Amino acid sequence: MYGRKVKLRFFFVLSIFVILVLSIFLVLKSLEENVVYFKSPSEIKNSPEFQKNKLRVGGMVKKNSILINSDEINFIVTDFKNEINVIYTGVVPNLFEEGKGVVAEGYLKDRNFFIASKILAKHDENYMPPEVKAAMEGK
Amino acid sequence: MASLIGFNALIFGACSSLVIGFFSVINFRNPKKLDKKIIPLTFLQFIFVFVSFLGLIISFIASDFSNETVFNNSHTTKPLFYKISGTWGNHEGSLLLWLLVLTLFIFLFLLKSREQKLEYRLLTLLFQQIIIIGFFVFLLKTSSPFNYIYPIPDEGLGLNPILQDPALAIHPPVLYLGYVGTSIIFSSALSAMSLNYISKEWAKHIKVWVFTSWIFLTLGILLGSIWAYYELGWGGFWFWDPVENVSLMPWFALTTLIHCILVLEKRLLLKSWVIILSITTFTLSMSGTFLVRSGILNSVHTFANDPERGLFILIFLFSLIFLSLFIFFFFHNRETVYQNSFSLLSKETSILINNWFMMYFLSVVLVGTLYPIFLDVISSEKISVGPPFYHKLIVPFLIPFLLAMTIGPKLKWIKSGLSNKINLIIFFIISLSLSIFIVVNLEIKFLLNSILIAFIFYLFFISLSDLLVKRLNNLAQNMAHLGFSLFLLSIIFNSIFSNEVITNLKVGDTFQSEKFKIHFENLEQKKEKNFESFIGKFIIENTTGDTEIMMPELRIYNQPNIATSEAFIKTNIFTDKFMTMNLVQNKEYLNIRYQIKPFMLWIWLSILMIVSGGLISLFKK
Repeated sequence: MYGRKVKLRFFFVLSIFVILVLSIFLVLKSLEENVVYFKSPSEIKNSPEFQKNKLRVGGMVKKNSILINSDEINFIVTDFKNEINVIYTGVVPNLFEEGKGVVAEGYLKDRNFFIASKILAKHDENYMPPEVKAAMEGK
Repeated sequence: MASLIGFNALIFGACSSLVIGFFSVINFRNPKKLDKKIIPLTFLQFIFVFVSFLGLIISFIASDFSNETVFNNSHTTKPLFYKISGTWGNHEGSLLLWLLVLTLFIFLFLLKSREQKLEYRLLTLLFQQIIIIGFFVFLLKTSSPFNYIYPIPDEGLGLNPILQDPALAIHPPVLYLGYVGTSIIFSSALSAMSLNYISKEWAKHIKVWVFTSWIFLTLGILLGSIWAYYELGWGGFWFWDPVENVSLMPWFALTTLIHCILVLEKRLLLKSWVIILSITTFTLSMSGTFLVRSGILNSVHTFANDPERGLFILIFLFSLIFLSLFIFFFFHNRETVYQNSFSLLSKETSILINNWFMMYFLSVVLVGTLYPIFLDVISSEKISVGPPFYHKLIVPFLIPFLLAMTIGPKLKWIKSGLSNKINLIIFFIISLSLSIFIVVNLEIKFLLNSILIAFIFYLFFISLSDLLVKRLNNLAQNMAHLGFSLFLLSIIFNSIFSNEVITNLKVGDTFQSEKFKIHFENLEQKKEKNFESFIGKFIIENTTGDTEIMMPELRIYNQPNIATSEAFIKTNIFTDKFMTMNLVQNKEYLNIRYQIKPFMLWIWLSILMIVSGGLISLFKK
């Protein structure tokens, strides 16, 4: 038979291994659940299946599209090929303007309407989020 | 003129690095040369970099727009304070600041380590000079702060207005003191390992650097967080934004290192942990700079930047990691006494357990921060990882973490039983019933939260009673642990009791919700030196009829032409009232956010309390 020490060490290594596998599984699982994908208006129009998960939509705010009343803000996000209507209640960053880049986070109502719960702020007037840049270039 | 002097001083500084390297190698076994020649040389190097830094500051103060950095980041109408802070508010200047602190720290290290072995001091100096040379080359090659432009522009582009803020003016220097402090720990650990010099004395001597870096890093993160709270106008203090995570990761590693170094000092255990953590901490600090500056991170904090710089730091970073791993595998003597020296119930075991938890938290943050980059590279799919990911993976594991944190300090070194069992059990019952009372009264839905609250209270009461009973004995540790429990309590109650209203209003409008009535009284316009200010006056009435006047501000800066919101915050001991006002495309409606945030002040105070624990530990004999 093996000595007590060897057995102990075996269990120690085994338990560390089990814990490691479990935590990797846990991390990956919750990563899968909590990841937010970024889409351009064209990708949403052209995608075969309807996205139910939380999404980010990015592009340009279309000229003369911002409508504001006391409850909500409506605007159109465009990548110059397709566009999508965004309905938003919440805080607007100061750099949110027509003709500038925008990233909105929320859920799709249908293929033409997006209900946003957050508009992401930018800190630099010359800065364009990389995804928006890519979306504009039609990647 | 100042730029020219600055640039030349920088080149002299780089040359002196080579001279120092040369002298330390040829005088490796000659004790007299170190104190007589090499220390003055490192001082000279520091002076060169200091002159260079001063040159840049003077160029900023004088608004010398022939200097590209000044042109890009300054403007004549900017107040003097922000002209100076603008020096490190940009990429080039902030790297020069890194370098300045690097050279200052190695000089101080040599002065403060006179009782240590000569070879160890010289080798540490050599490792540090490798880092310093790397930064010199990086600075001169890809991001010189002294580039000349011709024809000389009349006016600069101005500093991003959200950076024109007192907290953010001192945030980078404080954070960098923490980051760069870890470089000394890194060099020293590598050199101690190569010379097989890791001992209780070494632990005692490097502990000062570990604590100092940790204090600055914590304060730096705190300042950034306070700034984000009132300047970004989201009303939160932590967003799990990649740029924030990047500063949190070295903090996890450094906090773990603080505990390990104590074990090493007392018991000569956990040598490998100390080495690995020293390497990890510095690597994470460097990667922090790399990720923030290279533009790889897709973050709300990202400013425009340049890929060549990222590549350079990446190569530099990998060579340093490679070097340290090489030394680790070839020079490090494993602990041979490992097996029989850990008893299940001992201080070192509980520290070891929490080491693993800390590493787990660190990995979670690392995965959440890097996974989007990874996925973008392999599949060009753009994603982001939100706060729920972190909360879900970190919060449940805080429970065993808190338990080890509570019980651990009650245990003795080597082997111990639990003394005062009755006390521990009584306190646990008190915490549990208190948490059940809170949970039942407030209808918190989650079982997990109530267990968590119970364990936080447990840590809180035990640390508090130790603080009161034992007074000076273990004061530092009790302060820090009490601060940590207070910190978690404030966060939890803050998130449970927060309340907010978001609406769009015109002047004269009134908004009615269940809890508040908000009336937009008027909008006042004022002209300042470099911005135009609009101050709104809002009258808020709550259900009990108390009224409150809030006056958030909107600023439109002239150069660059950017609007920023200045939150109006009424702070008292128990709750913050927070209001921001945002502009939407010059429409007549303004976007209003009113929040009630309980215990905000306690979040900041508890962090200061944790820091004070570190300070006490640093200054006690």
